[in-house]
Amino acid sequence: MLRFLLLFALALGLFSAGAASAETPTLTIYTYNSFTSEWGPGPAVTKAFEATCACKVDWVALEDGAALLSRLQLEGKDTKADLVLGLDTSLTAEATATGLFAPHALDLSHLKVPIAWTDPVFVPFDYGYFAVVYDKTKLPKPPASLKELVEGDPSQKIVLEDPRSSTPGLGFMLWIKEVYGDQAGAAWTKLSPRILTVSKGWSEAYGLFTQGEAPMVLSYTTSPAYHIIEEKTDKYAAAPFAEGHYMQVEVAGRIAGSPESDLAGKFLAFMISPGFQDQIPTTNWMYPVSDVTGGLPKEFGQLVQPAKSLLFTPEEVAAHRKQWIDEWLQATGQ
Amino acid sequence: MIRRLVPGTLTLLLLGLVIGGAFAGLVRAAGTVDYGGFLQSPYARRVVTFTIWQALLSTLLSVGPAVLVARALARRAAFPGRALLLRLFGLPLVLPTLVGILGVVAIYGQAGLFNRLLAGLGVEPHQFLYSLPGILIAHAFFNLPLATRLLLPVWGAIPGETWRLATQLGMRSRHVFRLIEWPLLRQVLPGVGGIVFMLCFTSFAVVLTLGGGPANSTIEVALYQAVRFEFDLGKAVQFALLQVAICGILVAAGQRFVSDVPLTPAMQRPQDRPDVAGWGGRIVDTAVLLAAAAFVLLPLAAVLRHGLAGPIHAVIADRALWLAVARSLAVAVAAGLLATAAGWGLLLTSRELRLRRYRPRAAATMETVASLVLVVSPLVIGTGLFALLSPVADVFAIGLVLVVAINAIMGLPYVVRTLGPPLMRVGEQHDRLCASLGIAGWNRLRLVEWPLLRRPIGTAFALTAALAVGDLGVIALFGTQGTTTLPLLLYQRMAAYQLDAAAVTAVVLAVLCFGLFAVIERGVGGHGPR
Repeated sequence: MLRFLLLFALALGLFSAGAASAETPTLTIYTYNSFTSEWGPGPAVTKAFEATCACKVDWVALEDGAALLSRLQLEGKDTKADLVLGLDTSLTAEATATGLFAPHALDLSHLKVPIAWTDPVFVPFDYGYFAVVYDKTKLPKPPASLKELVEGDPSQKIVLEDPRSSTPGLGFMLWIKEVYGDQAGAAWTKLSPRILTVSKGWSEAYGLFTQGEAPMVLSYTTSPAYHIIEEKTDKYAAAPFAEGHYMQVEVAGRIAGSPESDLAGKFLAFMISPGFQDQIPTTNWMYPVSDVTGGLPKEFGQLVQPAKSLLFTPEEVAAHRKQWIDEWLQATGQ
Repeated sequence: MIRRLVPGTLTLLLLGLVIGGAFAGLVRAAGTVDYGGFLQSPYARRVVTFTIWQALLSTLLSVGPAVLVARALARRAAFPGRALLLRLFGLPLVLPTLVGILGVVAIYGQAGLFNRLLAGLGVEPHQFLYSLPGILIAHAFFNLPLATRLLLPVWGAIPGETWRLATQLGMRSRHVFRLIEWPLLRQVLPGVGGIVFMLCFTSFAVVLTLGGGPANSTIEVALYQAVRFEFDLGKAVQFALLQVAICGILVAAGQRFVSDVPLTPAMQRPQDRPDVAGWGGRIVDTAVLLAAAAFVLLPLAAVLRHGLAGPIHAVIADRALWLAVARSLAVAVAAGLLATAAGWGLLLTSRELRLRRYRPRAAATMETVASLVLVVSPLVIGTGLFALLSPVADVFAIGLVLVVAINAIMGLPYVVRTLGPPLMRVGEQHDRLCASLGIAGWNRLRLVEWPLLRRPIGTAFALTAALAVGDLGVIALFGTQGTTTLPLLLYQRMAAYQLDAAAVTAVVLAVLCFGLFAVIERGVGGHGPR
């Protein structure tokens, strides 16, 4: 019995030791998990920002972008976040409506975002276009349109992301909605036999794809650049779709009333400076929102350029998201 | 001695407070909910149908083969390794679910052993996981050994005379089955099937990891997603109430025709049955036992092999792992202690009611209430507490406290099952002696109860702690970066398909779980004879 109490005490001791924290100011940033992975922008960005701020950056990595919003809604005013990085324009209206975010107070007029930027709360940090990325060795004839994907051979599987937790998943749902309108439910039902699995976030889906579990995955037109630059292979490519590609603009915002509000503001300014933006093309594999030192890597020239880009306004998504998610649940759950 | 009624009443009060609180939270949040519309939505209906359908299939696939395995074990009462096999069949009960799942993935995944065997035979590799087959395989992995162990005592209950008579009558194997074994099995199968069905019905981790999207969601997973992904407490509450209603109906229906399952292993003696010597029977039994052993052991071996071949140094050097280990240890020991203390208290009072106050009904009711906890899933209690507490407290900050409380409650039925019979026996045998010698209170506890009950108390404590170590459901609901336990860490690694790191983490978790079990069982239970 005595041995046991000792063990218990030891466990509790370890427990409380873990809770002790440092003296330097800490900026807590909620983000999605691929951002902070060792090959993502997280490590380099942390180093660059910590060199200027005499502070510590503490990343809290969640499943994916859309899970960030639900987490904030669950935590409400008690949230530990000082800054949230990784929402996109599909979620900004709902995120603003929580009242948890403070205006950025930055001049963003010089940014090169493909849409006019007027949002007073959120700051864009990169953008890209969703695309079906496929393995050329397994799929010699990829679908040439969303319609071909929906109606194609069900034995050729695709890995998708859950629109409730992931911004690519949400983006794909909106893509289908934009193209099919009222017929979106029917399109999902038609597509369901092709879906190998619906993962919580982009990194899970992409991991399954690169491990060869499925020949297609929902990702970005820019994803093949990773394989060309880092792995020297053009085995993977994005399929250009005739209907156009859904666009994503990723944003960050600071939490109102956080004790590190100033630090969060500094981070937002740093985020649109070269120290951060230079990392984006070759670590987050997206397009930067400002000019990067030395220009984009030449391999980006080989990538699919969407003939047309599709995007709902944040207000349209906010008004219908719940209803469309329910429609998706009904249609794919059959 | 009114004092003896205090511990049980206290336990019931605490139980009522937590579960009642959870239900109050559910009901209050449910006030604004449109039930008709919800029940008619195809999604809800699909989730409910799928939950029942997969549980039904899983039960058939677990209990059906378990009858064959148990029969083979009963017929072969003395082969080398039999005792070891039975012990190994006990592992999946305490094995953290995620570790088992990882083993199943290693064997049946795209690049797993099973597909390589198929490829060797010229069959196209097949993608089993991320759909119903994956769920069924994993459920059978956990429940086939359990059902086997629950069914085996049936054969112990057949008296020797029956076998002598069967031999005299020259019965063959199928006659033995039809006339002797089946009538007994028929009494026990509904109970065993009911337990397995309930476990699969409320299964969370298996469906979460192997389900693959809304087409294969169970009620538990749907309510987790409603909380964590959709921030839709109303939807979660509807699923929770639905879960409780269906479980309640099932249990009520089950009570009518289920006879008590004998959980204590009967004496194992070689049986003088007429059908053991034949070669046909030997071949069948050997095949059945080898297949069952392979089915249960291969996934476990695969986890161990991958774990030992994985990036051990990188994983071990990670501070996050040790923090998670420490949190898991603290949670498990606290939940185990709480469950054991509460269960002991409850049993002391029920014994008092039964033996001294001649109120066996009241005593039985108390014990049933504690066992009924199995009907409400941890996620339902978690969701209820979430709804109740989130307006007044930071539920993520007190997440670990909630994990301890809910796991302690979940462990209560196991404590009552393990500790109940010996506690009653001690009362029956020593009550009068103690009364005549005037031994009561602390002295009785120290001199009579503790020495005699040390072993079952140790077992109950070890079991509840080991079960709490593996918890994923509750921590998945309340876990954050700062409260990650080892199973949650493992889940995150699996979800990110860092399978090598996950394999190492799984071995650490398995070692922690079995180590904790062994240390508590020995440390508290002592080394005395069983």
